[in-house]
Amino acid sequence: MLRAASNVRAVVNRGIATAAATRPGIPLDEREGKEIYTTIQIDHDEPKFDKILIANRGEIACRVIKTAKAMGIKTVAVHSDVDSNSLHVKMADEAVCVGEAPTAKSYLRADRILQAVEDTGAQAVHPGYGFLSENTKFAAQLEAAGAKFIGPNSKAILDMGDKIHSKKIATAARVNMIPGFDGEIADEDICVKVSREIGYPVMIKASAGGGGKGMRVAWNDKQAREGFRLSKQEAASSFGDDRMLVEKFIDNPRHIEMQVLCDKHGNALWLNERECSIQRRNQKVIEEAPSSFVPPEMRQAMGEQAVQLAKAVGYDSAGTVEFLVDSQRNFYFLEMNTRLQVEHPITECITGIDIVQQMLRVAYGHALPLTQKQVPLNGWAFESRVYAEDPYKGFGLPSVGRLSKYVEPRHVEGVRCDSGIREGSEISIYYDPLICKLVTHGDNREQALNRMADALDNYVIRGVTHNIPLLRDIVQEKRFRSGNITTKYLTEVYPEGFQGASLSPSEQDTVIATAAALNARKLARANQYLNQQRQRSTHVASFSKAYKFVAALPAKEGEKPVEHAVEVTFVNGDPNQAQVNIGGKVIDIKGNANLALPVNQLVVNGEEVTTQIVGKRAGEITILYKGTPFKVKVLPEQAVNYLQYMKEKAKVDLSTVVLSPMPGAIKNVNVKPGDLVSEGQQLVVMEAMKMQNSLHAGKTGRVKAVNVKVGATVDEGEVLVELE
Amino acid sequence: MLSRFARQLAVPVYNGVLHPTRATSSIAHTIKVAHKIDETREKALLGGGKKRIAAQHARGKLTARERVDLLLDKNTFREYDMFAEHTCSDFGMQKEKYPGDSVVTGRGEINGRTVFVFSQDFTVFGGSLSSIHAKKIVKIMREAMLVGAPVIGLNDSGGARIQEGVESLAGYADIFQENVLASGVVPQISLIMGPCAGGAVYSPALTDFTFMVRDTSYLFITGPDVVKAVTNEEVTQEELGGAKTHTVTSGVAHGAFDNDVDALMSLRELFNYLPLSNTDASPVRAAEDPWDRSVPSLDTVVPLESTAAYNMKDVVHALVDEGDFFEIMPDYAKNLVIGFARMNGRTVGIVGNNPKFAAGCLDINSSVKGARFVRFCDAFNIPLITLVDVPGFLPGTSQEYGGIIRHGAKLLYAFAEATVPKITIITRKAFGGAYDVMSSKHLRGDINYAWPTAEVAVMGAKGAVSILFRNDKEHAAQHEEEYTELFSNPFPAAVRGFVDDIIVPSETRKKVCEDLNMLESKSLKNPWKKHGNIPL
Repeated sequence: MLRAASNVRAVVNRGIATAAATRPGIPLDEREGKEIYTTIQIDHDEPKFDKILIANRGEIACRVIKTAKAMGIKTVAVHSDVDSNSLHVKMADEAVCVGEAPTAKSYLRADRILQAVEDTGAQAVHPGYGFLSENTKFAAQLEAAGAKFIGPNSKAILDMGDKIHSKKIATAARVNMIPGFDGEIADEDICVKVSREIGYPVMIKASAGGGGKGMRVAWNDKQAREGFRLSKQEAASSFGDDRMLVEKFIDNPRHIEMQVLCDKHGNALWLNERECSIQRRNQKVIEEAPSSFVPPEMRQAMGEQAVQLAKAVGYDSAGTVEFLVDSQRNFYFLEMNTRLQVEHPITECITGIDIVQQMLRVAYGHALPLTQKQVPLNGWAFESRVYAEDPYKGFGLPSVGRLSKYVEPRHVEGVRCDSGIREGSEISIYYDPLICKLVTHGDNREQALNRMADALDNYVIRGVTHNIPLLRDIVQEKRFRSGNITTKYLTEVYPEGFQGASLSPSEQDTVIATAAALNARKLARANQYLNQQRQRSTHVASFSKAYKFVAALPAKEGEKPVEHAVEVTFVNGDPNQAQVNIGGKVIDIKGNANLALPVNQLVVNGEEVTTQIVGKRAGEITILYKGTPFKVKVLPEQAVNYLQYMKEKAKVDLSTVVLSPMPGAIKNVNVKPGDLVSEGQQLVVMEAMKMQNSLHAGKTGRVKAVNVKVGATVDEGEVLVELE
Repeated sequence: MLSRFARQLAVPVYNGVLHPTRATSSIAHTIKVAHKIDETREKALLGGGKKRIAAQHARGKLTARERVDLLLDKNTFREYDMFAEHTCSDFGMQKEKYPGDSVVTGRGEINGRTVFVFSQDFTVFGGSLSSIHAKKIVKIMREAMLVGAPVIGLNDSGGARIQEGVESLAGYADIFQENVLASGVVPQISLIMGPCAGGAVYSPALTDFTFMVRDTSYLFITGPDVVKAVTNEEVTQEELGGAKTHTVTSGVAHGAFDNDVDALMSLRELFNYLPLSNTDASPVRAAEDPWDRSVPSLDTVVPLESTAAYNMKDVVHALVDEGDFFEIMPDYAKNLVIGFARMNGRTVGIVGNNPKFAAGCLDINSSVKGARFVRFCDAFNIPLITLVDVPGFLPGTSQEYGGIIRHGAKLLYAFAEATVPKITIITRKAFGGAYDVMSSKHLRGDINYAWPTAEVAVMGAKGAVSILFRNDKEHAAQHEEEYTELFSNPFPAAVRGFVDDIIVPSETRKKVCEDLNMLESKSLKNPWKKHGNIPL
């Protein structure tokens, strides 16, 4: 049995904070992008908590610790055993291990966290988002133990946390509402009946749900049944509350939310909107603030309704009121999130307000130091959620692994990186696969977007599959650039799923030329032995000769790659000035093409190109271009005659096997050997990163073998079920 | 048509018509010879003819000459014995002759360094080995040894030239003898690019590295038909001797590639790591990766839980120049990682226990795999970097019956015998006899480091307590804690000087690069002997 007391560990504070401070007693401000916090300065003479505990992990724990440190508040981290070495533990003044890796055994163990509060003498707890952030029982126990919950009061959480109840309150507060069924759905049959009444499409969702979990869209009776069943199961395991409800699903909607900030003195402010329409499976991918769709008067109306609702429930912390907006700019109340949102940094960028700082002040009992008129709207900000996931599978299936190389693009202007990991960190199956919230801020949308593109190009991540290719492609996509987005953006712009960036002919030349130049450099270097003089070559090489290659970009499925004759020379033998001739077109490549650098800043025909070498196998250079890795074949010129004879390797017929698409745990096995299954029938349900995924039969047939049992953990690509 | 050779002779030609006078008869002869030379050369270039070349291509294979063309730097191939012909006169063979016979031999350059090559031509008599075929190979091997340059063999042969009978067998033996003499003198690499059966398999087996091409190459003593006849066992060519069999199960081959192009390009990469002969130093190349680069990811690579697995290849990739690692035998005995890399431009051999597979233990297969690699590095002056995380030798009847004592001794012998610079880093466990084996200080390790996570001990806490306190089972937990406290750390080894220093993992690269520079002038010789007697 774990005794919290014996696990309390004081982290050696190296005294950096006090040593580097400008004035004695003022702690060092190490907040992410602290220069943006211009609206309200930290008042070091104001009374505050002495010590707080952060009941969370990862980036949000680090985020809260940074503000607490800047305010001079001591911090206590809690962690699971596998997180003992993680960044938030290192950053905190004290750390307490609260259990094993699974969240239910550590970060969700309210009892152990309460014990840690008692043992460390923390006066308040910041719950971050997720975990215990909307757990009123925990908040109540905390208050009973004499510590403050840094968040809204329990009544507000309860009122807003229950979607059925929150709608009643919102209606009463004269907030715009979506048509829907007012009450809990008991079973599949009722779900279908109600869905028909409202009219498909409908949204089936857990009453206690949030963050995309326990919710599904149904377009017909069959989907309504399956959606109800799966969402209910998910709700039970994620929230311990499986009450379900159904509402009208609005077509072509935008997801726009209003940040509110309230105190215990009846003050309530709205801090402008965030547009979070770029979503997949109801989880946000890219957010921006403000929204390009919201004119000032609409902003005003949304803000006022959000504040009306906040006041109606006696809200007294930071919160978010989510709206669905239709193409006519009608907005409907969706729900209120009674916690600090993941995407709060973009609001901080445009308002200059440190929301966490205000949460800490307000929880202490201070009043908000500004009025609505004093809330600014400065420039534009974007947030890209950089996840450890494979963007080519359903816009993002979680992946796991170790960050063998990791460099954040903090040197790019206007960039803020909120992350809780570092080089060498492990992305495990136990927690959210978020690597970093990459935020860029600019004077306008255009500038913020350009900075985002630049930041993504400079982001070095090796060891785990990540979604930067998708993020980078969206950032330059025409429709996104124009601001014409809906929550269905991804499925509309990428109807076949994300296939990687597609290159224009001139971009293709750039990629081929860059790869060829790098390969020439590699070969030139291969000749530069410092101690192998005995067998001297008569063929003088290095940087003064021409390198002739045949180069090809990877072909699309079923197509033959197009091979180009390429010649690389180095101007005056200078390794940093390559000239590439592709079929008569000459491309100049300038810049340090050092093959050991994680990022190469090159100038290709006068245009700046940021690229990364992610692989250099024999005859193949893999470079990142605009976020997407391109495996470029670069072979000696004579190979052009030989490639045609090389045979394609036979592909395994995947319709007869069900492979695990990601690492995770088996939740349900619905078939046994000998069963006859029809194409599309659900065979296995697996859970990874708290998401349930149902795996279907690829064809009609008899089950030959079932290789997994319920509860088993499986790796990506493992064969789960075999069909005859 | 006027030939190239004839033109070079500057012989007067009158509209191509030569008058058969006495004065011109010798001229005619000269021109005839010149024509014949050109004709023969052209014929040689076509091997077994266009039809057979097309058949070779249809199988997804390149011809012998195409392979040489791709393997070597452009325009560097200098062919030997293009005019050689077989001497067989039985079975009507005298009527069927191909200039150069069934193998292309010569020398060329790979990235400017000399290499000797033979490439068997499957289009001529199915690449079968005739007496002249063997002589051609032996000739270039002798020359390679004379000047000190590696030999690469591209194998694609149906086997012995049956028509030649015992001549063919003699030819094999001549090659084997030459392989053995060249062993340890110049690196020898075999690439199996087609069938290689019967006696032919022993030449690749004698060379330093054998690679295969997936789906088109086979290595076996006897083919499926004979197997069926003798043992009544039904087996396909692929199952019996395909690339998968030999790279995963038998350990005969050191790696496999998807196709001819990929294989030849990869061989060029491997070649760059190797010195040309045993008198050359390990190659040092201009390096772009800073030698003193700190590697933060190494600080967290060893998990907190001492029984948790991690991938030693993560350590290797992080440590070496640009993460470039040419792994040898990546699919066989994965509990030991071996391969070539560079540190500050210098080729090094990496040997590391990999806890990700079988807890990184030493067993029969991994011991043999490691031993052969260590001996290669030692023979060719390549410094060894050993990464240790080994819980011991694998116990059990299958290992004991298989002779783990004898096979484990091979790795021990190899490390003990090696006189090249030896740097060892204990990343975590170094238990029991396996600790001694893994390039320990006691086996003349030059620099031995421990990471803070190192545990050097006779065995793990549980095992030790069950022996030391067998009569005190109730307090086992307490004793285990005591044992862990005492031994599960790097101090016991450090206080005795068995490790030279306990270092921060992120500083490892910097330290090793410094040490390699220092050790460049290392001079150590074993006592004179005819040769040692490694426990084979």
